[in-house]
Amino acid sequence: MLIREILRLAFSSLAANKLRSALTVLGIAVGVFSVIGVMTFINGMRDSIETGLNVLGANSFQITKFPPINFSDPGTRFRNRRDINYPMADRFKELMADSAKVSLQINRGGMTVNVRDRKTNPNVRLIGTDENYITAFNFDVAAGRNLGADDVEFGRPVCLLGDDVATKVFPGEEALGQLVRINGQNYTVVGLLARKGTSFGNNPDNTVVTPITRFLATYGRSFRSINLNVQASNQTELPATQERAVGMMRLVRALAPEDPNDFETFSNESLIDAFNSIADIVAAGALVISAIALLASGVGVMNIMLVSVTERTKEIGIRKSIGARKRSILLQFLSEAVALSLIGGVAGVAIGVTGGNLVAFLLNTAVTFPWLWTGIGLAVCGGIGVGFGLYPAWKAASLDPIEALRYE
Amino acid sequence: MIPPTATPAATRITRPPGALVIEIEGVTKLYKMGAETIHALRGVSLKIHRNEYLAIMGPSGSGKSTLMNMLGCLDTPTAGRYEFNRKNVATMGDDELADIRNREIGFVFQTFNLLPRSDALHNVELPLIYAGLGKSGRLDKARRALENVGLGQRMGHKPNELSGGQRQRVAIARALVNDPSIILADEPTGNLDSKTGEEIMALFEQLYAQGNTIIVVTHEEDIARHARRIVRLRDGLIESDKPVE
Repeated sequence: MLIREILRLAFSSLAANKLRSALTVLGIAVGVFSVIGVMTFINGMRDSIETGLNVLGANSFQITKFPPINFSDPGTRFRNRRDINYPMADRFKELMADSAKVSLQINRGGMTVNVRDRKTNPNVRLIGTDENYITAFNFDVAAGRNLGADDVEFGRPVCLLGDDVATKVFPGEEALGQLVRINGQNYTVVGLLARKGTSFGNNPDNTVVTPITRFLATYGRSFRSINLNVQASNQTELPATQERAVGMMRLVRALAPEDPNDFETFSNESLIDAFNSIADIVAAGALVISAIALLASGVGVMNIMLVSVTERTKEIGIRKSIGARKRSILLQFLSEAVALSLIGGVAGVAIGVTGGNLVAFLLNTAVTFPWLWTGIGLAVCGGIGVGFGLYPAWKAASLDPIEALRYE
Repeated sequence: MIPPTATPAATRITRPPGALVIEIEGVTKLYKMGAETIHALRGVSLKIHRNEYLAIMGPSGSGKSTLMNMLGCLDTPTAGRYEFNRKNVATMGDDELADIRNREIGFVFQTFNLLPRSDALHNVELPLIYAGLGKSGRLDKARRALENVGLGQRMGHKPNELSGGQRQRVAIARALVNDPSIILADEPTGNLDSKTGEEIMALFEQLYAQGNTIIVVTHEEDIARHARRIVRLRDGLIESDKPVE
């Protein structure tokens, strides 16, 4: 029997029971949707992570009091650590001076920038830092100059404006040399940062950068822990630099040899690794859920095919009496089951890719099409069709033609 | 009751028998019904030649349905020899039996047994699909078969849009379409009124005249009298086997 005839037959009998077929297809679609949706979203996240999470400059790592991502340990363990204060940070920078560029950084959000009658929303991040901030976080200076070591040394009230802040308070105006007022303090604008763009809900353009000494003078020396960014001279030096940095940090923290590190070091790679390990857990969860959903819908396919075989016993008898071989009947019912599953699979992929990308779009991450998972999803659907359709099809093919013909 | 004269003797030709098509010898069939064993056939021997028009008669329980299923290769004998066109059918597997049913036998059933969702043309085309014929060849042959039974105008109709007589004509067209060695009709008029039944028997007469070999299984004397030879079964044995005068 020709394959085309078998397919035509499968689709015409599915079309004859539209509601029943649709419900079975829906079951499969839900199973496929859950895995494709999550995989699409995670793929989008991964793509964004590769570029967007590249917040740290090349060859650099960060030393902080708190880990950037923490799921396993209780937060109190980190909260009880001593803050990294300015004397420690400054000493660390001095100790590292001959092998790496160190940038100190501390920040405070929810600030409003005022210029005469214009002001920003109260969501600007004020960053107290030093001359190495620009390179540490991949910024470019669009106009004016960077902070200088002397600005930091003398705690000068100067600042660089992020692109969003600059366009808000100085629309079409020369900003350099002007004064801005933040929380009652005046700062002279000495430079403008080039636009970087939003990633992960973080807006690096909605910031004001000022010398850390000025920041601490205003907001208190013991206000919060300082983050340290260390930039090695090149990629090969990175591990050695990291090792050295840990040693120096232990020194400035006055840790005894048996004490564990009471600070965290992480790089772009470790951030990406951390994200990936979370993504893997989510993906595994989605896989398990999908597997269960697909198993349930496979049972649905089998159920509907068994009903179909019983309903069409007479038809099977007729076909056999006019010369249908066992194999033809088997293929007829098997292809029906596979068609059901594949239609469900395609629907699930369509909804999943749309849904996953919609979420990705809302979170400003990349829009992707998960080819691999689509392939796997459809292959699994085909497998379900064959696996769960085989028994009903075999049952149909093995019917005794005389009994089947007599069936009413 | 239809008078036997409904088919005028003048048009009633008898063609000389041709080659041997069916030869069964000492065929028995046992059914196990729970603890009980039923002897449906107790040793039947029969020869059917090409160009014969044969009626198999018998009351219910005589084994005529079993014999018909066996002749139609839907079933295999428990013991005995069955040769179809000199090939031993008794030992054939499912697929070989299916091929014989497809190529050598055309079934006509009491209840027509058409596929309800398919139109007349597709119903007639069906055996050719299983025979592996290409689309255009199938449609050509199916159209010719339907025209031959006088349904050239009804090809696109589904069974529920056709009268009983028309449905049986579709079934006969389906039986004829693959040029089988025999046409095996099981109570072909059983679900039809007597006038329509007579029309169907006239069609069989015409098919016989065109050179087909026909076996009709019936319990109606009037239907059986259309044949040229009547085999009577009783209790799983052949009671008589006589030509019709």
